[in-house]
Amino acid sequence: MTPASSTLTIRDLQFRRGNRVVLDAIDLQLQSGSITAVLGPNGAGKSTLLSCIASLLAPAQGAIELDGVSLHSIPAAQRARRIAFLPQTPEIAWSVDVETLVSLGRIPFHGLASDAQDREAITRAMERTQVSQWSQRVVTTLSGGERARVLLARVLAGESDWILADEPFTGLDPSHQFEAAELLRSVANQGGGVVLTIHDLTLAARIADRVVILNQGRVVADGSPRDALTPAVLRNVYEIEAQWLNDPTGVTPPTIAIHGRTPAA
Amino acid sequence: MTARRWALPALVILVGILFVLSIAVGRVTLTWDVWAAQDTVSRTILIELRLPRAILGVLVGASLGLAGAAMQGYLRNALAEPGTLGIAAISALGAVLSIFFNIAGLHPWVLPICGVLGGVGGMMILFVLSGRTASVLTLVLSGIILSALAIAGISLALSLSPSPWAAGEIVRWMLGGLTDRSFDELTIAAPLIIIGCAAVLGCRRSLDALTLGEAGARSLGIDLNRAQLQLAIGIGLIVGGSTAVTGVIGFVGLIVPHLMRPLVGSRPGALLIPSAIGGAALVLAGDIVVRLLPGGSELELGVVMSLIGAPFFFVLLHSMRRKLT
Repeated sequence: MTPASSTLTIRDLQFRRGNRVVLDAIDLQLQSGSITAVLGPNGAGKSTLLSCIASLLAPAQGAIELDGVSLHSIPAAQRARRIAFLPQTPEIAWSVDVETLVSLGRIPFHGLASDAQDREAITRAMERTQVSQWSQRVVTTLSGGERARVLLARVLAGESDWILADEPFTGLDPSHQFEAAELLRSVANQGGGVVLTIHDLTLAARIADRVVILNQGRVVADGSPRDALTPAVLRNVYEIEAQWLNDPTGVTPPTIAIHGRTPAA
Repeated sequence: MTARRWALPALVILVGILFVLSIAVGRVTLTWDVWAAQDTVSRTILIELRLPRAILGVLVGASLGLAGAAMQGYLRNALAEPGTLGIAAISALGAVLSIFFNIAGLHPWVLPICGVLGGVGGMMILFVLSGRTASVLTLVLSGIILSALAIAGISLALSLSPSPWAAGEIVRWMLGGLTDRSFDELTIAAPLIIIGCAAVLGCRRSLDALTLGEAGARSLGIDLNRAQLQLAIGIGLIVGGSTAVTGVIGFVGLIVPHLMRPLVGSRPGALLIPSAIGGAALVLAGDIVVRLLPGGSELELGVVMSLIGAPFFFVLLHSMRRKLT
């Protein structure tokens, strides 16, 4: 992770699929050293936004800049060294072993890093995610939680400034969710930028420094979890009645309790 | 890991042994002293027949093994191979058309170039039909379409063949073999095949990255459009170059990567070189078997490969059937 702070600026972003506008008028400035959680109902455009930032999709209009330089003008490998992407349903096409899979994260460094540097980065990533003990195991024989850690190790091996993770906690049990969240927190604490999409409101409130809520392709709330995830916003966006609950003993962080669906008017 | 260390040297030694056997074995058995002997018949057999045949076997086998491993890696599908997906047939159609239209005789390069154009065209059509994330279904259907197109074209060329010689040549290609190939054929095929292999090997990082799927590969900075074009040209050159000289030899690219994965692992980029060496071993071994089979005339190598390959394909498909449904 580079200690220097980095900024991702999204200006007036619009993305269309055919005639349908999937994202519209998105303006965001994201700072490294923090976790930004992108929330919103299914089809709100969360994954599309991440894919646009990862340069996997080309927006219809607007611009995305990394430290003032248009992403479009940065060569693909250089961009990949700075922004790593963990897709929503990561595909693993072949029965490769864990170490081989993690080493794929070093592909953007081909010709720039020595074998020793690559090896060190791979070892570091595997140690951080505690997958070293499986280094020779075939990925397809791992459980869902184990595999998620290995895929995260693959992303960490790139030692990029930014990590974009599309629903990284899906399919993980609560313990593994916390484990993955702590890992991403450690990335942010070391100066990296983390942008993730998530459905679990309480987990989002707990791990994110900033919450961006999308609805029908537009940003409808943006701020700290407390400021963004208000009962009014949740009612508008998800059509649910919810409120923050504080543990009077202070042992448990505040949670968002959902009472039920908003009755039809 | 221990298995992986000995695998590659062992394969190289195997190819070496098979190469020597390929030179020595046949209707006339050659011994070591043929190099020094003044016996012109033996020397002629060595220089004019056995040596080009063995070198061509290594070249064609290695490149077809490489092409199969690369196609499987790119399409992320263990059933992909130039022969089974009709690329070799389309390439043969290109070569056949050059005979049919009577332009093959203009220059020795015309026929191989037509084969290469067929191969590259076939790869392009395959990529358009199957897309980048080829499911088994779309892949097999694409292969059926390409094969049908090639067979129809070749049949038409046969039916309307301008001369019995042309018809004979067309049939010879369809069978595929290394019999009676000289250094002249080798000098035509070798540059095409070597350039093709270099193009394919240049894609190994793209193939590795595709282990993570299309989105994964692109997020690693891989230009998939470039990789696709480079592979289409590389495999087109390999298949076109080898088909023009040896005819259609199928299944090498299907069988070899499967045999190599347990030895060297499944990383697509790391599978390329071992598949090339394994392909050379398989074709040399097949060609030796062809010569040792009893009977008046030699069975063509392409036929032997299909006899081995088709049951292998069957077993593979049978073991994968759960995934397919």
